[in-house]
Amino acid sequence: MTICFHAVIQASLQYIMNDTSQSFVKFEKIDKSYDGEVLVVKNLNLDIAKGEFVTMLGPSGSGKTTTLMMLAGFETPTNGEIFLDTKPISKIPPYEREIGMVFQNYALFPHMTVAENLSFPLEVRKISKPDIKEKVQKALDMVELGNFGTRFPAQLSGGQQQRVALARALVFEPRLVLMDEPLGALDKNLREQMQYEIKHIHDRIGITVVYVTHDQSEALTMSNRIAVFNDGVVQQLSTPDILYEKPENSFVAKFIGENNTLNGVVREVNGSSCTVELDGGFGMVKALKINVNEVGEKTQLSIRPERVSIDKTTSDSNNFSGKIEELIYLGDHIRARLDVCGNKEFIVKVPNEGSFNHKEGDELKLSWNSEDVRALDL
Amino acid sequence: MEVTISTAELLTTDGIPLKQSLRKAERRNKLRAFLLVFPLLLFIIVTFVMPIGDMLLRSVDDSQINSVFPNTFEEYKNWDKGADELPPEEVYKSLFFELANGDKRQIGKALTRMNYAKSGWKSLIKKTTREIKKIVKKGEEPVSYKDTFIKINKFWGDPTYWYSFNQMVNDRSSIYYWNALDRTFDEDGDVVLQDEKRRMYIKTWLRTFKVSVYVTIFCLILGFPVAHLLANLPLRYSNLLMIFVLLPFWTSLLVRTTAWIVMLQQNGVINGILVWLGVISDDGRIQMVYNEAGTLIAMTQILLPFMILPLYSVMRVIPKSHMRAAQNLGAKPAMAFWRVYLPQTIPGISAGGLLVFVLAIGYFITPELVGGKDGKLIGSWIAYHLKTTLNWGLCAALGGILLGIMLIFYWLYNKIVGIDNIKLG
Repeated sequence: MTICFHAVIQASLQYIMNDTSQSFVKFEKIDKSYDGEVLVVKNLNLDIAKGEFVTMLGPSGSGKTTTLMMLAGFETPTNGEIFLDTKPISKIPPYEREIGMVFQNYALFPHMTVAENLSFPLEVRKISKPDIKEKVQKALDMVELGNFGTRFPAQLSGGQQQRVALARALVFEPRLVLMDEPLGALDKNLREQMQYEIKHIHDRIGITVVYVTHDQSEALTMSNRIAVFNDGVVQQLSTPDILYEKPENSFVAKFIGENNTLNGVVREVNGSSCTVELDGGFGMVKALKINVNEVGEKTQLSIRPERVSIDKTTSDSNNFSGKIEELIYLGDHIRARLDVCGNKEFIVKVPNEGSFNHKEGDELKLSWNSEDVRALDL
Repeated sequence: MEVTISTAELLTTDGIPLKQSLRKAERRNKLRAFLLVFPLLLFIIVTFVMPIGDMLLRSVDDSQINSVFPNTFEEYKNWDKGADELPPEEVYKSLFFELANGDKRQIGKALTRMNYAKSGWKSLIKKTTREIKKIVKKGEEPVSYKDTFIKINKFWGDPTYWYSFNQMVNDRSSIYYWNALDRTFDEDGDVVLQDEKRRMYIKTWLRTFKVSVYVTIFCLILGFPVAHLLANLPLRYSNLLMIFVLLPFWTSLLVRTTAWIVMLQQNGVINGILVWLGVISDDGRIQMVYNEAGTLIAMTQILLPFMILPLYSVMRVIPKSHMRAAQNLGAKPAMAFWRVYLPQTIPGISAGGLLVFVLAIGYFITPELVGGKDGKLIGSWIAYHLKTTLNWGLCAALGGILLGIMLIFYWLYNKIVGIDNIKLG
């Protein structure tokens, strides 16, 4: 996964600064239960700034779509309040919220042409005919479907339908646009292309977007900030780079990107760092103390594959060795699956610089900096 | 790369024309497909196409009487009605011999037909035949056949009887169709209305239409919410509800119809409950059956599943997100329903509507049983003429008109909605 970190960091800094001063959308102590027994969303507190692109990312059943539906007005919060532009919106019906939405399967009206689909939100707002025509054409031009107004949705490809849905959600100039896994039905190439298009449209018109997906690369590509959902709780809300590089708990570390884990017990705490004794007597590892508190606690260490060095030593004494179980040639890099300290799924990415000439079964010398190892909850 | 497009016929590798080769390869498949549908095709031809064709022919057929009185009709055509009050002598003479020598059963059939044209023919001919046979037995040859006839019965001097021959002299006749519309021919062969007391079909046709339209509308009003509920409830509830819809469907039509009699009659369940509740007094019991109301109630209930099922099959596949999307775009629920949901149910509405209407217009048993005198539909007349009067020509004409109406509706429907839009399940 390659991300243009520089640009993302810049963008995210800007939003973090906005964030505290004024929140455009505010979830306050939101609980949601359908049956009175299980909480689908637990104590959700979330602030979204104006113009921000926030993604709710999580596995299915984690409560992200429910949260989106509460914002759109199709579900009511069991507890708490949602504020839009500082006004509570729980009592406002969906048709008065002025929130655009792109549905999972687009929900284009099959009996209307593309232009009629786009005119619909304008007609119900009693906008004059010439204005409607102009706005519809503008919206269609925006998604590069200027000549498709007279077609019916069934006559369009999946990607084109997606764009029409997007144009329809934007044509009435809503305060906020929600997208519920809008790219889920597209094939991989088209999905990536649409990710950029949606991102560019967002950059161009500067509308606030709340996006739901279970695809982490989609979230990382498009968002200013990502809220990682699991089990009805936001695990971490942060910019893509921080989420990837500094996960705060083991769920986020596992869910975002590839991650190597080693289990152990905390033996020594020293300020922001700690020393962990690996289970099975494989030695001690120095790591950053992130989600552990005291000596004797069980912990899971998290190391990104690309932060493991081969055939080098570090001063941190995090020097280990691993047996190559499997080598997969991937062109730009070689993916090596190793047996390290009892973990047979330990992945290392070796850049293809032409100097790697080990075979399966060889022992490799491994090392990593203690700043790249994060001691998280187990 | 350049592509050369050849205008010559395409050939296979072996040099045989491609189309010919393809035909050969496909022949076996086509033959197999044909053999598979052949039994059904045969069945449809024998049990459906042929009977309907036969009935339609019958509705215009008038050849029987022409085969009984060929010479009489031939001579009759020479009669100049402007010049002579009565037909010429030759007509009487031909009739004399054809009555004397004709087959008794064939004449009997012809008499029935003649009676449709003018009542009185039957007894007149019967009496006359008896007298003619006596004359023939004696071996006398009448001097004037005309005078002999008039001597036997004075009606033979009444030109109106002879005028009625006019509508029988051709092998093909449209008289049954005109009869089915309360019309007949006058002495000049022009179409005129029947006598007031003999007009009953137009009234029945109109009632049939009215009842069919009402039943279709009632079924739509009652069926739409049920179908919507069926399509949107969780599966276990909708299955239960579906059984409630289908259970009457599986019950015998006769049982359901008689059940309605039990419910609706003056001493029936509904009246009983209303009296018990004090809504109506004991002498104020409402007449709900053996009239048009009874027909409407029973037919609506019986035909309801035919509306619900096509509607349900259409509604089931309308994604729930459409109503949400419409509201999200700013439409109030009523507007969302009207602009987004309803148009998508049109295939179901039209399929159900057409089905119910077509079934209702030809309905017979229920109106016959609960309709009483003023709730009878055209189907009752068809059955009456089929079984009681044996006037199969009129019967076929009524059926033919019914078929024509349905085809017109089908054509109209295709023009307005498009037949591809129909969806039965």
